[in-house]
Amino acid sequence: MLLVSPATYVAATLFLGFMGLIFTKILEIYSSAPQEASPANVYFQLFWLPACVMVPLLTMKCLAEERRLGTIETLLTTPVTTTEVVLAKFGAAYFLYTTLWASTLGFFIILKKFSGDARFLDSGPLVGGFLFIAVSGLLFVALGVLASSVTSNQSVAGILGCVMLATLILGGNALSDSAWMTQGMLNPAKAVIDYGHVFSHRDDFTRGVIDSRHVLFYLSGTVLALIFSILSVEAKLLHA
Amino acid sequence: MSAAPTAIEVTRLIKTYGGVTAVNDISFSVARGEIIGFLGPNGAGKSTTMRILTGYLPASSGSVKICGVPVATQPDEIKRRIGYMPENNPLPEDMRVSEFMYFRGRIKEVPRRKLGPRIDEVLELCDLKRVRHKIIGQLSKGYRQRVGIADAILAEPPVIIMDEPTIGLDPHQILIVRDLIASLRGRMTVLISSHILPEIEMTCDRVLIINQGRVVAQGTPAELRREILGRSTYQLQINGDPSEFTQALAGLDPEMRVEVTAGAASDGFRLVTITTTRDDDLGEVLLGACLARGLRVRALSRTTPTLEDVFLAATRRSWDAVATFQSPGK
Repeated sequence: MLLVSPATYVAATLFLGFMGLIFTKILEIYSSAPQEASPANVYFQLFWLPACVMVPLLTMKCLAEERRLGTIETLLTTPVTTTEVVLAKFGAAYFLYTTLWASTLGFFIILKKFSGDARFLDSGPLVGGFLFIAVSGLLFVALGVLASSVTSNQSVAGILGCVMLATLILGGNALSDSAWMTQGMLNPAKAVIDYGHVFSHRDDFTRGVIDSRHVLFYLSGTVLALIFSILSVEAKLLHA
Repeated sequence: MSAAPTAIEVTRLIKTYGGVTAVNDISFSVARGEIIGFLGPNGAGKSTTMRILTGYLPASSGSVKICGVPVATQPDEIKRRIGYMPENNPLPEDMRVSEFMYFRGRIKEVPRRKLGPRIDEVLELCDLKRVRHKIIGQLSKGYRQRVGIADAILAEPPVIIMDEPTIGLDPHQILIVRDLIASLRGRMTVLISSHILPEIEMTCDRVLIINQGRVVAQGTPAELRREILGRSTYQLQINGDPSEFTQALAGLDPEMRVEVTAGAASDGFRLVTITTTRDDDLGEVLLGACLARGLRVRALSRTTPTLEDVFLAATRRSWDAVATFQSPGK
């Protein structure tokens, strides 16, 4: 459904247009003054913007719409299980999300082609950055699916997904920067927040440090969110 | 497919949601190839029962077997054996008919090789060939309904369950759907629910009337008439003195009731209504009795109670039963 719907392509075009704009802006800054980090690095620093906006838009429809139309009933009375339905929805949204990101690789290729400078296609941060997007995308999309599974209203699912992702990505960042969190009493809480600090994960990935703890954080989070989504779909049946 | 003689077997099914008993101790069985109609007022538990049959909702207690396979323990097996069209026929709005059929065929595990010809066949059967490339959201209600039916029969399941398949259709479309359902007779077991009673009467071999979560009557429409109303009614228009005539009729059936309109009309004819518990046609006997007494007969008709009368009587009876059951406690 996601790949045959025209709305998907409209959203994809807008996404690429928007990311292109950001990319151009970065290049403009680079052309005016020398910078320390590579453009790829700065580009991936802005990952939170599409993650917080695009992911809820991609996932908000997946289960909420099925429930609102009632097609969940025809879907679940075919020989597929709830788990398969949720995984398929997750897989489709994840595939689209990573494809969109992968297509932004084109920006770097175009840049290299026109500048004729191989340094712009800096493989280290690029591979690390895309790897980070792929791994973190698992959790982000799973959270989006979870948001869609608890309601039959698309907008509620979208807003809920947006808030969850913003809390995870930006909230963690804000808290770990706050001075009051450094008090000794809050040390355990601080440790938790540092562990789930998405921005520091990204920095590690783009520097080429692929920490298994980070990967585990995203994988376990994904599994948990998907299990909750499956339970949520089934619970709605029991109390329908 | 198993060789069980019954296609659907429901035993003491109970479903409660948050304190409300939607289905209360329902038992019935449906033979293979039978078309069975499910009747009941709104909120009687028809849709809930159907959803339990499909394995979509779990039952609170009781057992349901489809083709001998229990729904509660083997829901996946059941889902391969049923074609289900829910109430209001939900369809994805933004898919084309052919895409939708392909998608449904694939998730219903129809082999890819067979799917193309099968889709053609089903679209032909449901008269959907002209709209196969249209987007479902733009189809009219009649087409959408037929897309739902096409989906239900797509994988050639032995049991088809349709919740109000003819709702919102015009008489012409109802006719098409009725023929379609009738064409499945013998090949597939069909369970349909409807509000439109003549519809059920024409298509179904057997009728199941439920009210307030209980089966209040079941049988063929003819059996139900006899069982629930227990009588047939004749109407005669005669000219002459009916008193002698009514006495003569007492010999036919001791429980016969004869009502004569008090005054004769200006032309001397009066209406006689005869209610009897006898099933055989008394028309000739009545005519003979009139002629023997020199009564002039202008019209004789036997009124057959419609399924509607049966339905109303059966549901009223169950409400009365509930009322008497509850009143002592109050």
